[in-house]
Amino acid sequence: MNPSNYVILSALLFGIGAVGVLVRRNAIVVFMSVELMLNASNLAFVAFARMHGNLDGQVVAFFVMVVAAAEVVVGLAIIVQIFRTRRSASIDEPNLLKY
Amino acid sequence: MTGMEVDTGEAVVFWACAILSVLGAIGLITSRKAVHSALWMALTMINLAVLYVTNNAPFLGMVQVIVYTGAVMMLFLFVLMVVGVDASDSLIETIKGQRWTAIFLGLLLTVLMVWGLGSALAGIPSVGLDAANREDGGNVQGIAHLIFTDYLIVFEVTSALLITAAMGAMVLAHREHWQPKPTQAELSQARFLGDEHPGNRPSPGTFARHNAVDTPALLPDGTPADISIPGPLLARGGVQPVDIEDVHAIEEADSL
Repeated sequence: MNPSNYVILSALLFGIGAVGVLVRRNAIVVFMSVELMLNASNLAFVAFARMHGNLDGQVVAFFVMVVAAAEVVVGLAIIVQIFRTRRSASIDEPNLLKY
Repeated sequence: MTGMEVDTGEAVVFWACAILSVLGAIGLITSRKAVHSALWMALTMINLAVLYVTNNAPFLGMVQVIVYTGAVMMLFLFVLMVVGVDASDSLIETIKGQRWTAIFLGLLLTVLMVWGLGSALAGIPSVGLDAANREDGGNVQGIAHLIFTDYLIVFEVTSALLITAAMGAMVLAHREHWQPKPTQAELSQARFLGDEHPGNRPSPGTFARHNAVDTPALLPDGTPADISIPGPLLARGGVQPVDIEDVHAIEEADSL
């Protein structure tokens, strides 16, 4: 089976994740959509690694996972912090920097 | 096993997992409740793990299951528990037409990527990872070889990143007590000086047909008392509507 199918699937998932980031207002759901986009790029890395016959792509996907885990930890801590002060998880609420 | 059989097997796995993961992704962005979104995302993650394994990446497949469906999803659900169940989306658009513009642009991006990648990758043959995996005796050994030789500095920097992230989360989650903790006497005074009734709240189901927690207590005139319902139930919308027969029954009992 041609690995380009996997790349096309990853493009689909990336697009769906991008729509989720733009459309949803709940900060946690936006964050999950970002995770979906990261996972889609990982799938592309893995498929490209197989296409080119070396393991570098898999190593890069592994590092992406590490960075994603660190990002989730810090991002969720920020969301909890904003929720504590504003009592809301909506991304429309923290607009104080606008003024 | 011949190559043909492996190919059909992989095609079956690919199409099953591809359909399920796209379904999970669409469920993730369309679910009204954040908890449902998290469960849809778990579905997508597990299917992606299977796809990694079929792509000759068993190590990444296992890491995906452990890190994403294990740690990251647990963290998401934990934060959802802290933030509360009423963290649903507001439907008011702060920027006019943002939703449809975003959906249109997202579709455009998807079509562009699928079309571009599809045409760019059409004639490229796939080398396959069998030789690369055999070189060091296996997939895990091969990745370990790369991480501890070519990518050693990146790997070391990763540890710094993880420590910084852990420190950052601790600093962000830490709450400083600026005022001394209120004593029991102060709490009691605040309770009696406040506007709220200082006594117990009515228990759910009082004068109503059932005494389950999702049935509001009825006031003397038959209207439901929202104060008797636990807050999370109100937020989740799981409160039973008041049966008008209850009100009539109370009126009848009153007239006797």
